[in-house]
Amino acid sequence: MVKIKSPEDLASLTAKLQKEKNTEEICITVCMGPGCLTCGSQKVLESLKEEIKKRDLQEKVQIKETGCHGFCQKGPILLIKPAGIFYQQVIKRDIPEIITETIINNRIVERLLYVDPILNSKIIKEKDVPFYKSQYRLVFGDNSLIDPHKIDDYISLGGYSALAKALFEMTPVQVMEEIKNSGLRGRGGGGFHTGRKWESCRNAPSPDGVRYVICNADEGDPGAFMDRGLLEGNPHRVIEGMIIGAYAISSNEGYAYVRNEYPLAVANLNIALELAREYGLLGKDIMGSGFDFDILVVQGGGAFVCGESTALMASIEGKRGEPRPKHIHTSERGLWNKPTALNNVETWANVPIIIKKGAEWFSQIGTERSKGTKIFSLVGKINNTGLVEVPMGISLRDIVYKIGGGIPDGKKFKAIQTGGPSGGCLPEELLDLPVDFDELTKVGSMMGSGGMIVMDENTCMVDIAKYFLKFLRDESCGKCVPCREGLKRMVQIIEDITEGKGEPGHLELLEELTQTVKEASLCGLGKTAPNPVLSTIRYFRDEYEAHIMDKKCPALVCKNLIEYSIDELLCTGCGSCKRACPVMAISGEKLYPHTLDMEKCIKCGICLEKCPFDAIKIS
Amino acid sequence: MPFKSTDENITGGKDFPDLYYEEDNLVSLTIDRQKVRVEKGMTILEAARWMGIKIPTLCYHEGLTPWGGCRLCVVEVIKRGRSKLEASCTYPVAEGIQVKTNSEKVQKTRRMIVELLISSCPNSRTLQDLASGMGITEIRFKMEDNDCILCGLCVRMCKEQMMSGGIGFINRGAKREVSTPFHKSSEICRGCGACMYICPVVTLQCRGRREPGDLCNACINVCPTDFGF
Ligand SMILES: Cc1cc2nc3c(=O)[nH]c(=O)nc-3n(C[C@H](O)[C@H](O)[C@H](O)COP(=O)(O)O)c2cc1C
Ligand code: SF4
Ligand code: SF4
Ligand code: FES
Repeated sequence: MVKIKSPEDLASLTAKLQKEKNTEEICITVCMGPGCLTCGSQKVLESLKEEIKKRDLQEKVQIKETGCHGFCQKGPILLIKPAGIFYQQVIKRDIPEIITETIINNRIVERLLYVDPILNSKIIKEKDVPFYKSQYRLVFGDNSLIDPHKIDDYISLGGYSALAKALFEMTPVQVMEEIKNSGLRGRGGGGFHTGRKWESCRNAPSPDGVRYVICNADEGDPGAFMDRGLLEGNPHRVIEGMIIGAYAISSNEGYAYVRNEYPLAVANLNIALELAREYGLLGKDIMGSGFDFDILVVQGGGAFVCGESTALMASIEGKRGEPRPKHIHTSERGLWNKPTALNNVETWANVPIIIKKGAEWFSQIGTERSKGTKIFSLVGKINNTGLVEVPMGISLRDIVYKIGGGIPDGKKFKAIQTGGPSGGCLPEELLDLPVDFDELTKVGSMMGSGGMIVMDENTCMVDIAKYFLKFLRDESCGKCVPCREGLKRMVQIIEDITEGKGEPGHLELLEELTQTVKEASLCGLGKTAPNPVLSTIRYFRDEYEAHIMDKKCPALVCKNLIEYSIDELLCTGCGSCKRACPVMAISGEKLYPHTLDMEKCIKCGICLEKCPFDAIKIS
Repeated sequence: MPFKSTDENITGGKDFPDLYYEEDNLVSLTIDRQKVRVEKGMTILEAARWMGIKIPTLCYHEGLTPWGGCRLCVVEVIKRGRSKLEASCTYPVAEGIQVKTNSEKVQKTRRMIVELLISSCPNSRTLQDLASGMGITEIRFKMEDNDCILCGLCVRMCKEQMMSGGIGFINRGAKREVSTPFHKSSEICRGCGACMYICPVVTLQCRGRREPGDLCNACINVCPTDFGF
């Protein structure tokens, strides 16, 4: 590999790669993101390679393995370019047919097309799929164009040109000002102004001149995988952002803190770093500019709290991953007490495009105080699960219905939880709220790092609050009393409520506790932990009251508050339930109505699923 | 502690005398409506205690690094018009801040913290005294019977004063505990007993007559004015 020694070298390499890229050539893109992999995309890829070889099409057809495209619900995904044909839920057996029909005979394999659930029509091209149509994939879009193991793929799309621009046409202060003017705010949860953070880091005194940049890829929120998608699918973009940031704050050493559960992200990132070093885009004298910077990957041990800035830094330093008081910001005294710029993966990935296109262009996207786009991981009771990137200011309703395709099985929407485990649950009335840092905080939730969980009418909000509280209780580091003891007690109270042991004073005690946990905890985990409880009490108080006063769970979820019974009129005595019941609580003779013994029943719900005649009732 | 005793300072009555230090090394702030100038780098707790203001603490000890774990020392810090609860043992004094060490919010929070702690470790006399002092007469949580409030004093004592490191924290969240590495007796422990000496739970067991796992409150009846919080 020849080293890139000047911006001209980069420009000529980019031009060469673009020329080489045959836009006419057929390219089959296989998504190898986590979602598609679990659905079997590895097998699809192998048989695709085999088939192409068998039919001697290597010259004509190119295969590209990419990171996550976002539409994980429909994996494994194949994208055939240049036509842009979108095949979903492809299995190994489909491959010969795809090759014969689509590649050789130019015909569409109808059954692999995506069917619009509302119009019931088949859609051929990716760009017409409603899931993609309403998105604005500024940061995430390149994922489907890039093989993360190939740096040339990234460069051919203009990659690293923002770095060249920063290094050769701008001063560090200008870079910092550009980010400041763009209004970019941190995507990791706090929504802190990135430019301002860099400024305070740059201006903080450091006697030996050492400063650090860190990429936070700890991503511990349950159900969130945006950072993973980016890091696995487009690592160079994050690296480029970090180099630019390092230049702006004059740092020569960076760390990427990736959680241990992301081996593929670590592998891809390491490969990308090595390739960047070989090209001279990382390491000593980057692109001949005289600026040195390198990045080290550190694997976290998998504690949620290690995503918190001070705990993360302690963990890199080799200490216990435990937060410390932050009266002095980490931008002034962070890693090894040096000024440190810590940003989230997605924040770093936004940097190159801002430098490339300018602050003014970027700040036109989004709302008054929240600029750009945000990637959400849309999960729960929703038709289209996956990663979606939307401009700030889009309404929650558009995300749920236009992109997410609404709630499955004709159920009713009940709540949407944004902001990860310590976000809040918002009811139907607030669906028209724009996605914006401040608006979400105002109603008791938050942007967080981008988790978005949709719940339907069959969800019990008390149960949901209990789930998140338990997660936070277990993930609390246990250093400070309000968080450690407070969350433990909150879980106990909520457990009592869901078990029918709730008492009239419980809600008030919960509210009093939340106040202390929120205000007196040491770090962000404790300070935000009561949000799920507070927001569910605020918007679904009647559900709590039903549990406490009437000992009823309106959504029929909480086991201790429901009872199963068999409707004698509907029961045909087929015996399905009897055979399925794990504790033999159902008895009866064949063809006669069966009976259910409440004493033995453990309320597992299996009989409900098995009964072909809907004779099992819950009350 | 030495301080500048100019007439003005003493007769002025309202403002507190400066700590005797270089001028440019001082910060002025307001603690409980009294203006005071103290040395940079001090914590609010140190400043307040120097002024004679009582702030209860549990995980703080003069000889050890402040840690900020128990949060009993919370005070209200008002900065640029925004009020926040902060642990005074770790919060460094800053120019122009206003501190309330005993506002209603502070009291309420401290009471909740003691209630949380005592429900978990009812045998600690330190905690029972604190509860009596604050007039806590009812515990609303299920009583447990633990012997550690995880204040970390022993861990810091062992490391910082005894220059050892035989004990440390293991696990996280509600499973957190103080122990030796892998629960095996530690090779570097000299058995000095400093950890036991400093522990607010083990050494000072409450001796009031009470049911096991109950709130004592005996002290409230004996000498109700003895607790200054
Ligand atoms: C308990 C806790 C967990 C966090 N986890 C993450 C995380 O997984 N990823 C992340 O980027 N930020 C996380 N954060 C936020 C970080 O502390 C920090 O604010 C962020 O990385 C700063 O980057 P940004 O300005 O780009 O958002 C967490 C914060 C808290 C309090
Ligand atoms: S708030 Fe929770 S996670 Fe944060 S320091 Fe306290 S105990 Fe640890
Ligand atoms: S053993 Fe005692 S000193 Fe050590 S953490 Fe527990 S309560 Fe504190
Ligand atoms: S004394 Fe300050 S937090 Fe414990």
